[in-house]
Order: sequence, then C-alpha cells, then structure tokens
Amino acid sequence: MDDLIDDFIAETRDMLEAIGGELVAWEANPADRERLDAIFRFVHTVKGNCGFFDLPRLETLSHAAEDALAEVRAGRRTAEPYLVSAVLAIVDRIGEIAQALQTGEAVPSGDDELLVAALNEPEVAALRREMGEESGGEARAPVRSIRLSVDLLDRMMNGVSDMVLARNELARRLRETEADPVLEAAFDRVSSCIAEMREAITRTRMQRIDNLFSGLPRMVRDLCMELGKKIALDVDGGDVELDREMIEMIRDPLTHIIRNAIDHGIESPEERASLGKPPSGTLRVHARQSGNQILIEVSDDGHGIDGDRLLKKALAAGIVDPARAETMTMQQKVALVFQPGLSTAQAVTSISGRGVGMDVVRANIERIGGIVDLDSRLGVGLRLTLRVPLTLTIIPALTVTAGGQKFALPRSAIEEIVRVRGDNVRIEGLGGARLANIRGRRIARVSLAATLGMEEGAPEADQMMVVLKPAGSGLYALAVDLVHDHEELVIKPAAPPIMATGLYAGTTLADDGSPILLLDCSGIAAAAGVELDAEEINAPVEVAEDVREERPPVLLFRGFDGKARAVRLALVERIEDVEAPAVQMSAGRLRVTIRDAMLPLAGCERAPEGRTRLLRLTDGTAELAYAFREVIDIMPLAAEIHPAIDAGEIGGVALMNGEQVEILDPYWLFATHCGEPAAAEAPLTCALPSGDAWMHTILRPILEQAGYRVVEAERADPAEVDVLILGDAEDVPDPAVSGKLLRLRSAPDGEEGSIYRYDREGLLSALTARAAVRGQR
Amino acid sequence: MAGLYLIVDIDGERIAVTASDVESVVELDTLTPVPGSAPHILGLSALRSRVLSVIDCRTAIGLPPAKEPRREAMVVNIGGHPYALLVDRVEDVVESAGEPAPATTLPSPNWAEVSRGMIEVGENIFLLVDPAAIIEGPSRRAA
Repeated sequence: MDDLIDDFIAETRDMLEAIGGELVAWEANPADRERLDAIFRFVHTVKGNCGFFDLPRLETLSHAAEDALAEVRAGRRTAEPYLVSAVLAIVDRIGEIAQALQTGEAVPSGDDELLVAALNEPEVAALRREMGEESGGEARAPVRSIRLSVDLLDRMMNGVSDMVLARNELARRLRETEADPVLEAAFDRVSSCIAEMREAITRTRMQRIDNLFSGLPRMVRDLCMELGKKIALDVDGGDVELDREMIEMIRDPLTHIIRNAIDHGIESPEERASLGKPPSGTLRVHARQSGNQILIEVSDDGHGIDGDRLLKKALAAGIVDPARAETMTMQQKVALVFQPGLSTAQAVTSISGRGVGMDVVRANIERIGGIVDLDSRLGVGLRLTLRVPLTLTIIPALTVTAGGQKFALPRSAIEEIVRVRGDNVRIEGLGGARLANIRGRRIARVSLAATLGMEEGAPEADQMMVVLKPAGSGLYALAVDLVHDHEELVIKPAAPPIMATGLYAGTTLADDGSPILLLDCSGIAAAAGVELDAEEINAPVEVAEDVREERPPVLLFRGFDGKARAVRLALVERIEDVEAPAVQMSAGRLRVTIRDAMLPLAGCERAPEGRTRLLRLTDGTAELAYAFREVIDIMPLAAEIHPAIDAGEIGGVALMNGEQVEILDPYWLFATHCGEPAAAEAPLTCALPSGDAWMHTILRPILEQAGYRVVEAERADPAEVDVLILGDAEDVPDPAVSGKLLRLRSAPDGEEGSIYRYDREGLLSALTARAAVRGQR
Repeated sequence: MAGLYLIVDIDGERIAVTASDVESVVELDTLTPVPGSAPHILGLSALRSRVLSVIDCRTAIGLPPAKEPRREAMVVNIGGHPYALLVDRVEDVVESAGEPAPATTLPSPNWAEVSRGMIEVGENIFLLVDPAAIIEGPSRRAA
C-alpha cells in the first residue's frame, strides 16, 4: 500500500511539474481551451486516484476544482480571474498535501473549505487573498527528486566499481614510479572523489528494508485467519537500509521463515492455553545493521524445533547413521532442519510446504554471502538470524596464499585464524584424512593447495589454518601457506566456465593489479570431501569452550607510538583506512567519520596526519575506532599476563613473539569512549505532546541522550508513561497521567512547580528524582 | 553487405572472426591460473581494471598445444563476461564483399565444431569461427 501511495505521490508531482507551464499560460489567457483541458485532466486524475486511497482532503479539493472546470468547459461559466485564482490555489494545495504525504510531515492544516468556496464566490476569494497575505505562508523548499530506472543505477554502480579498480591500478603504477608529491596529491584527490562517489551511488541503490517488511502484517493476518491462530507481530528496524538487490534476494527466504514460524512454530490458542502460554503468540521480526552486515532476526515463542524428532526422521530417511546419532549434540540435531527432505511438520500443509524449505532458505541466503543461524529452545521458541552483507558487489574479505597463488575468502565465513603451535593447535591423522585439533576440538583439515591440485607452498606445520563456517553449520579448517590482510574487495561474477568448477564465487583485482579468485567455501569443502554438518567429531565441546576462554586469539599490531599491542580478535570488526580529514576533535574527543558512522577514536592523542589505519572494535552494540600503524600477526593470547598498575587503556602486558605486548583493556576502552551517562535500568519513559516543535527538536535529543525513552503523549499507553512533559499552556490529554505531569515554562521566572525550559540541570534533576521515585515503587 | 573480419592464425590455419564481435586485440601479460578449471581455461588476466578469462583457442578447439609462447589475444564479450582468446598470431583486418557462405568442403571435426561457414576475400577464403563456441570448449563435445 505504501508503495502505491508513493507511486501516486510521484505521479501527482510529475503531473504538477508538467502542468506548471499550463497554469501560468491559463492565468494569462483564461479563454485558452487547451490549457483548460490540461488542468482539468490533472484534477480529474488526482480525484480518481484519491478515491482509491483514503485521502479525503485531496478528494474534496480535486472534486470541487473538477466540477468548476467542467462547467467552464461546458460553457456554463466563464473563466473569471477569481475562478482562475481559486483553481490555482487548489492546485497549489494539492501539491502541498502531496509533498507532506511524501516527506511524512504534518499535512498543512488549512482552510480547504475556503478554497472550495472561493471557486464560486468572488468575495471569499478576496478574503482568502487577504488572509494569505497576513499569514505570509512561507514558501516551502520543494523536495528535489527524480525517478530513475534501476538499470541506470546498476550501470552507475558497475561504472563505479570499475573506477575503484582503475584507481587501484593507477595507485600501483604510481608506486612504481618516482614519488612526485604533486602527482600524489592530485591522485589522492581523485581517490577521495571516487570513494565519495562510490558511497553516494551505493546509497542510491539502498532501500529501506521496510519494503520487505510492509507486506508482513497482512501476510501474518491472513495466515492466522486460515490457521485459526492468534499472533501479535512485532516489526522493528524498518529503517535499516540495504542494497535493493539484496532485498529481493531475501524476500523469499524471509517469507518462508515467517510462514514456517506461523504454521509450525506457534501453537494454536487452545494448545498455548494448555501449556500455560498466553493464547496469542508473538512473532518478532527485527532488522539491524552490524558493521558491514545486516542482521534480520525472526523469533517466535512457539514450541521451537524438536531435535530428537528430527533425528528420528533423519534416521528413518537414512540421512544420519545410527552410530553418529549417538554422539550428536542438540545443536547438531536441530541443524538437521537444514537437510534437504526433512521437515518437522507432522502434517503437510498448504502454508509451508512439504519438506522443501529450510535447505532452500539456507542455500538462497548463502548464495548472497549470508549465513543462517538457528537458536531453538524446545517449548520456548525459535530464533532464526539471517546475516547478509550490505551489498553484493563489495564484500569484506581475507586474502591468503596457497600453492604460490593469492586467493580471497569471504570474511562472513571465517570463524578464526590459527597457526599450528604447541598443544593448542595440532594436526592429527585419521585413516589418511587430516584433522585439526584446535584447543581440544577436532575438525576436518582441508589443504587448499591440495584441493586445487597445486603444490603445497609450505610444510604442514608452518601453515596457517583458517577455520571456516560456510553455512551456519559445519566447520572446517582450511590450511593455507600465508594469511595476508583483511580487505574490502570489489567482487565481479566470474565467467561461466570458471563458475562451473564450483570452487569459486567470483573474481576481483588486488591492489597490485593482479586478478584474485574469491573462493566458494562450501564448494571447497565439497571438493575436499568434507561432509558438512558431520565434521565436528565428538570432541568434548564444553572443554574446548573452556580452553577457549583462557586463550582467545588476539590481533597483534603496532600502535601509533610504535609499541606492540594486542586486542582480542573477537572485538575487531574490521580494519579501515581513512583519510586524515575524517578524524576530528569534536565535542571534546577525537572522532572519526567512516562512511555514515561517527566513532570515537582511541589510540592517538591528536588527529593523525595523512592516511590512518584503524581497527574498528565493537562490544556487540557500541563501536569505536583505534588508530594503529601496522598489523603484526594473529595468535593466541599469551597464557601469562601481567596486569597494569592503574586502570587505563592498557589492561596488562604479556610476552608474545619475544616482545613485550600491551594488551588493550576493552572494558576500559568502551567505558571511556562509548560510555554514556548511566541511565536508570529501565529507562524512564517521557511523553511529549506531538504537536510541540520545541519539545521534539530541542528537548527530545537531550532526554534521549540522557537515556530516557521518548514517546508521543497522544499515542502513548498511559500506564507506560513515567513523566508527561508539557508546556505552559498545553492541556493534559488524559487525566490518568495528570499525576505524572512535569510543566516547563517558557519564561525564566514563573509559578512554583514548573521548571524554566532552558534550566537543563533543574530539568534533568527533576527527571532523576522521578526515576528514583519509580524505582522505589 | 560488406563486413569487416579479423584474421587470426591458429595452428597454421588462417581463420576469420566477425570484427564487430571483437572488442580489441591485446598482448597478455601475466596470467593468474584458475586451479580446477577446464584445460582450455588458461587463467585470468587484468585488462584496464577488468578481469579477463583467458581461453587457449588451440586447447578449446582440440588442436595440439603450441610449441612457442604466445601472447596475442582477441578480447570478446560473451554473455556479459569479457574473455581473451589466445591465438597464435593476429594478422589483419579485412573487408569481405560477400555474405558468409557454407564451407565448400567439410573441415575436420574439430574445426567444424566452431565454424560458421566461410568468407571470401579477394582470392582467399577463410573459415569463419564463432568465439562463443570456442569458449564453450571441449565441454560442448561432451554435451
């Protein structure tokens, strides 16, 4: 429906633009029949369209104008100047309303009746003109937008990708020549222009995920009707943007997952009642951005996936052999749902099919470089998480060397990178196959060079292993000779004869201009004969987890001051290069702008000069950037760490690689750089009148910054509201909340019990007091 | 209608390719091999920030491998993907006044797979080949 309204608005605006000239011409010569016809067609079309939507104001206006113009056309009226003005006023108003609909602003309130009346009464027209002059309505700057074909955007995107690659090649050639500062400065400028361009064009292809979510309420409602279930749908994160191509790719899998959840997950109201659950089930669909990925979570409070029942089916179908069934963990059993030909549904229904399903969902998500994660709790609910990259063309990747050749691996598939060292990481033989024993966990070891039929470039013991998890299920360790760097690569599809190998997912160009193949992690596993889902061989998983706690992998790097430092790899979101101007001292601390995000910057005292490399660290929600000079290695954290004397950026020091390495204290880093004023545990909910612009533009940010939740007073549930904030003159909308009232006055002096609205301290302390009161309750 | 043709040399045979199908003629630099691919895929090569899939015409057609290293290739775009077809030598661009005609004698099976008739240029006749058929490589024989 929203799409249709958008179309309608766009069409109306196009027509308005097209008849702009006609209006002027008609005003100059009201007898001009052609102009009259054009304007008549416009109001007629608008009227027709309005009937389709529920837009009574537009309909009334266009209807009235149409009637008047019809009479002129029929010769029953002449186009008197007042009539012309009145029609023009209506056309203007239609434009205003259409624009307000589009931008989501409040529709300009107004004297529609007056406009309509002006069509027939010259006096009213005059009156209105006077009023108009008094109020001096400000001209609204029109929203500048055009409609473009998607093909054109795609071509632009391809062009920009080529530009990035061409720039890389140029950079390489420049490095080969004598350094010429003038040339390099010019090149840097071109470089940053291209980066900006790429950013802008990537953005043009972005769509709000709303496009995907808008159909859900209807779908859920229809399915509920059909199945006799009651479900409350909770959709959040519709403003998350991602590439429109990705949206199309996710549409079917998401629909499928939701159908599954409703059909098989959430129980019928009677069943729920007997289980002591509320009769109405809850289905949550939440989207959020995390680094370069979009996470879409679909969770329900149904009965989850019955792993044992799945296993029984799998045994019956011969997918799992009984010996293995003995050793399977619940996680592995639940993951069987991804096996082709298995479905937990007892009955085949028309809603979610007959066993084709989750395997197809997973295949589709993987095809676009995404991952599906399952978290099922029997009887409590199921949560499915889709992780997909932001765009199809530029992906974060790790470059590695095997058999003397460079390859790229999509970072989304990488679990960790380990080196054979000591007892923690060993290689074991088992009937000719090789296993990697990583901290007690045995997983299949695949040599990339051997799989590709190349010569091993390094002895087994010197190789690095990249632990890959291609499908949200099976792990394997890919042995490579060298691990290079994390890079963002522009991926192009490979030619069909190359894709036919099943080993590659695309091609790209390295900075040195040589082509690199992007590996297809599932394809490599298949070629190497790794049985996915089955490779995790009965090692005591819990023990492995424990060991892991003690010796997590860390990224060893050299800081800006030349010192070796280490940070836990799990915190590192990725590595970025930024231009110096992206770093600025603002609002009391160093901050860096990386595309759309502004992150606090640590690791340097003042804004660094020239290009800077940054570690992007995340604690799961907050992010910060840490400036550094170079990456040294990735290795397990030393067993012995000497704690620092004072709490600070450095939590301790350890001996690694024969060098003193300072270990970053992530707690301190995030507390210092990302910490916000501590808010009450459950944030206080403040209700503001929706019509008060001051409250929303000036007050609201302060409240939100202080950790309070802000809602619109008119729409809020009175029970939820902790504080109702009103101006001097505003009426209490609902007596139920009058006890929670906090009045702000606009004059510095005034009656007791209200607070001057620019008294920040007073305001915040009043709120804190309320929070404390609530806490006692 | 007169048409332009690119004449290249493959295994001593002078053959013609419709010139409009050929984007450019390049000398290939280094190649990045594609392990695991069909034998006629020599590898990848970068050309002005594009990645070309390099095809060895001799292997693709089923001819004996060349004795000397070769570097000349014609760049064609098939199905949206750029390919470089490695030939023994690029000779010339010629104009033919006539339409392509069916070959008067049957070429050997290997050539027959990729040929689309012949063209006459002055006194000479050339076998006309289809780059797309070369790219399919030996797989088309299996199909």
